[in-house]
Amino acid sequence: MYSEKVMDHFQNPRNVGEIENASGVGTVGNAKCGDIMRMFLDIDENGIIRDVKFKTFGCGAAVATSSMATELVKGKTIREAMQVTNKAVMEALDGLPPVKVHCSLLAEEAIHAALWDYAEKNHIVIEGLKKPKSDIHEGEEEEEY
Amino acid sequence: MIYLDNAATTKTAPEVVEAMLPYFTENYGNPSTIYSLGSGAKKAVNQARRTIAAAIGAKQEEIYFTAGGSESDNWALKCAAEAYETKGKHIITTKIEHHAILHTCEYLEKKGFEVTYLGVDKDGLVDLEELKAAIRPDTILISVMFANNEIGTIEPIAEIGAIAREHGILFHTDAVQAFGQIPINVDELNVDMLSASGHKLNGPKGVGFLYIRSGLKLRSLIHGGAQERNRRAGTENVPGIVGLEAATTRALRIMEEKTAKETELRNYLIERIEKEIPYCRLNGHRTKRLPGNVNFSFLFIEGESVLIMLDMKGICASSGSACTSGSLDPSHVLLAIGLKHEEAHGSLRMTLSEENTKEELDFVVDNLKEIVQKLRNMSPLYEDFIKKNQSRK
Repeated sequence: MYSEKVMDHFQNPRNVGEIENASGVGTVGNAKCGDIMRMFLDIDENGIIRDVKFKTFGCGAAVATSSMATELVKGKTIREAMQVTNKAVMEALDGLPPVKVHCSLLAEEAIHAALWDYAEKNHIVIEGLKKPKSDIHEGEEEEEY
Repeated sequence: MIYLDNAATTKTAPEVVEAMLPYFTENYGNPSTIYSLGSGAKKAVNQARRTIAAAIGAKQEEIYFTAGGSESDNWALKCAAEAYETKGKHIITTKIEHHAILHTCEYLEKKGFEVTYLGVDKDGLVDLEELKAAIRPDTILISVMFANNEIGTIEPIAEIGAIAREHGILFHTDAVQAFGQIPINVDELNVDMLSASGHKLNGPKGVGFLYIRSGLKLRSLIHGGAQERNRRAGTENVPGIVGLEAATTRALRIMEEKTAKETELRNYLIERIEKEIPYCRLNGHRTKRLPGNVNFSFLFIEGESVLIMLDMKGICASSGSACTSGSLDPSHVLLAIGLKHEEAHGSLRMTLSEENTKEELDFVVDNLKEIVQKLRNMSPLYEDFIKKNQSRK
């Protein structure tokens, strides 16, 4: 069902984890549809993405697209990171099954959400960046386990 | 390989294959013909009918062979609705039925029937008081599954049968998961129609039967030739029917031993998981449960990821997560027992057979522990949960 690259990124995901005091953090998706991605960016004063980490709740494709997205933006400028589309993520993974295309969209959204957070914190405007849809936990009650 | 998906399908037993083979190669005649090659096949079909009738306490003329559980369910519901619509157009079923029932009910709703979908409690049991309250003067059919395919809960079929009988309402049960696994007697249970399938009890795929109590005016679903006493057209699947018979004979012979072994393995697996993997929940009733069924939700993680990682260790299981259903919604059964979406996404079903061993289950739990931890370590939901707990301290 999955390409070798997807399986590789699922089994050995790159850049899993958190960044403390990250320059920007974005969380997208919701538990209802079964995928949540959180992206952490460390951006230096020249606007270069020095480091990136992610955490994902979701299926094999969700983990693999998150992992690939982090690879594609690491070391890049903000402008370059803005060019990382869901299509680019999918191509880099040698494709996804049709029902999993939404996972790659989520990966693109996660990068954008983290950049949006960075832009807000630093009171700057990133060209072409729109406010992320913040549907995580929306309408869900507080949970106790 | 460790196979823990026996509710999906089972390995065809060697004695079943052996019984079937001559009906492909030597006794391949059409049962409707008059020469001896054909009459030999006809004899085999009727012998199978007797065996299966005896297995559920029915008469042989009450057993009709079909292409499996889905056809039997479609036949029972569509044709009972059609036959009794002059009496009323109300049907009662449950929210946890197989899609063969639920989607047939949706079809009937489009045809002008009204369907009440009974809820279930947190263990998946139908509430008998709710059932009684749902009965109306125009109720013509109650259809409740014998045992649930996902969570293994066994429904109070005898009690439901008694209620249906008392009100003069037809009672159908989808026994696909129960037939050959637990004893069934249609008279004791007041069941009027019962669906079953061959491949869930080590028989072949593509064959099943519908029990129809004599006297019921059920017409054909499949029109054509005069097979199955004019009620189900199409040349009989003779090898399949012979295989279904062999599987039934085998299932009855080993039932007691199989149930004891599977129950022990099941309880061992449940106990180890509950003891060793935190933040999990057993889905389904603890004791009113199919002997081979284990279903857990692991919080903060998603089922398909677990399945792929288990598969890499050679372990076959299944999940009620959306990613495995082909839609964005997780299992309707898990939502019906009150699970939140993320709990339903994190479900894992392991259905055992008598051939599994404790050693296999030890290997499964050892790997499952690691897999769950690995996925939790990359889960933002787990991160939020841990941080919330720390901030409380």
